[in-house]
Amino acid sequence: MHFLEHLSLGQYVPAKSFIHSLDPRSKVLAVMFLITSVFLANTTLWPYVIWFVLIVIISSLSNISFKTVVTSTRPVLILIVFTLAINLFFADGRELFRIAFISITEEGLLTGIKMGLRLFYLVLFANITMMTTSPIELSDGIESLLSPFKRYGLPAHEFAMMMTIALRFIPTLLDETDRIMKAQLARGADLDSGGIIKRFKALIPVLVPLFVIVFQRAEELAVAMEARCYRGDYGRSRMRPLMWGVCDSLYLSAILFISASGVILDRWIL
Amino acid sequence: MDVEEGRWVSVVGDNGSGKSTLAKQLNALLVPTRGVCFVMGKDTKDPSLQWEIRKDVSMVFQNPENQIVASVVEEEVAFGPENLGLTSVEIEERVRWALKVTGLFEFAHRPTYALSGGQKQRLALAGALAMKPRCIVLDEATSMLDPEGRKDLVEVLTRLHHEGMTVVMITHRLEEILFSDLTAVLSRGKLAFYGETKDLLDSTTFALLGIKEPPLFKLWRNLKSRGLLEESTYPTVRNMVEDLVERLCL
Repeated sequence: MHFLEHLSLGQYVPAKSFIHSLDPRSKVLAVMFLITSVFLANTTLWPYVIWFVLIVIISSLSNISFKTVVTSTRPVLILIVFTLAINLFFADGRELFRIAFISITEEGLLTGIKMGLRLFYLVLFANITMMTTSPIELSDGIESLLSPFKRYGLPAHEFAMMMTIALRFIPTLLDETDRIMKAQLARGADLDSGGIIKRFKALIPVLVPLFVIVFQRAEELAVAMEARCYRGDYGRSRMRPLMWGVCDSLYLSAILFISASGVILDRWIL
Repeated sequence: MDVEEGRWVSVVGDNGSGKSTLAKQLNALLVPTRGVCFVMGKDTKDPSLQWEIRKDVSMVFQNPENQIVASVVEEEVAFGPENLGLTSVEIEERVRWALKVTGLFEFAHRPTYALSGGQKQRLALAGALAMKPRCIVLDEATSMLDPEGRKDLVEVLTRLHHEGMTVVMITHRLEEILFSDLTAVLSRGKLAFYGETKDLLDSTTFALLGIKEPPLFKLWRNLKSRGLLEESTYPTVRNMVEDLVERLCL
C-alpha cells in the first residue's frame, strides 16, 4: 500500500514561476509538439539527450525540483519496464547473448531502450505540464483549443469539465482506495500474497465498494454543482480569462524549434 | 411553514424525517410533488425560475469532499460566481471576500486536497457565500466537524446572520438550535413543531414531540430553578459558566 502514499501522477503543484504563469494553451500545444517529436525520432538516442536537458530547464523554470518531476513518473515505471522487456525478448536481429531459449538481440535492446525512453518522456512531458497547470486552467485551455470543433458537435466544455473533475478526484479516490484496503485487511483479507489471479480476485472486495463510492460521489457532486448554478458552458465566465502573451509565443516557438531540431538531427544529420 | 428574510431557522428531526428533502426544496434541487414551495416569491416548480432561486439560496452539504470541484482553493470559490457569468474583477472581489469571511484567505493558492476536514467545510461555505446569496442552507454541514471546526463555522454564520443573511441550518445536534431564532422539528415527513426556539426549550415540549431532552438543557433548567442562573441566561455552556462565576463570586 506504500505506493499510494507517494503517488503524484499529474498532481498540480501550486507555485509562482515562469512556467506556471504561461497560458495553458501554450503549454498544451508545447507538450503535443514534444510528444510528437519523441515519436518521430527513432534512429538514434541523441535527441533524448536534448529533451533531457529541456526537461531540466523546464523544471528549473517551474520551481519544481527535477527529482520531484522524475519521481512522479513512478506509477508508470512498471509499464516502461514491461515495454522494454517485450522489445528486448521478442525482437529479431543480431544476437548479443542468450538466456536459456530467449535470444537477446542488438536491435531488440536498442528498440527496447528507445520505446521505454519514449514512454518515459511522454509521461514526463505530460506530467510537468499537469504539475504546473491547475486542472481548471488546463481544462479551460483544452476547451479553448477544441472550441473550433464545437460546430461539428464536439462537446468541448463537457469534455474539459470531465477532465477537471477526474484530475481533482485522483487524490480523493486514492485515499478512498487506501481506506478500503485497510478496512479489508483489518477484517483478514489477504491482498499481498499468491499469484496474479489470486491477487486479482483478492482485489474484488476493494474494487466493488470503490465503484459504489465513485457513483455516490458523482451523484452528490452533480447535485452540488447544480446547486451552484452550473449550467454547462451556458453563460459561464472565468475568473482568469485566458490571455495569450509574448512569453507564450516565445515559449511555444522555443519548444517547436527544439522539437523540430530533435527530429531533424535524428533523421537527417546524425 | 414560512421563513421571513433575515431569520435563522434550525431544522431538527430523526433520520428519515425529511430534513434533507426540505433543504433541497429551498434550492429547487427538489420540487414538491404535493403542495407548493415559494422561495423569495418564486415558485420552485417553475423551471424558468430555478436558476434564479439558486442564485438567491446557496447550499452547503454534509460532506465537503463531494462538493469541491476544483483543485485549488481560490478556483473552487470562483466556481459559483463563474457560473453566474460575472466579470473577472467581480469574481476576484467575491473570492477574496468569501475567503476572508471564512478565514481561508491565506490558503487561497493551496491545493484543496491538502486542507483539513474543517477547512474543507469552510471552503464549501466560502464557495456558497461567493454567490452572495440572500439565504444560506446548511444540510448537516457541521456533522463531520470536530468541536473546534463546529465552533468556527457557527461563528462565521453568526456574523453573516447579524449582517442580515437568512440561515437555514439542518442539524441533528439539538444544542445547535440555540443559535437560531426559530426551530422546526420534523417527524416522519411532517412538521411537528415550528416556532421560536425559546418556546421549544421546555421539557414538556420535548416530551410532547418525543425528543430526548439534551443534558445541557436539563442542567440549565435545574440551575435556574435553584436560583443559580439569571432568568435570561441562554442555555449555552459559555453563558452558563459566566453566569455561575459571577453569581458565586469565583
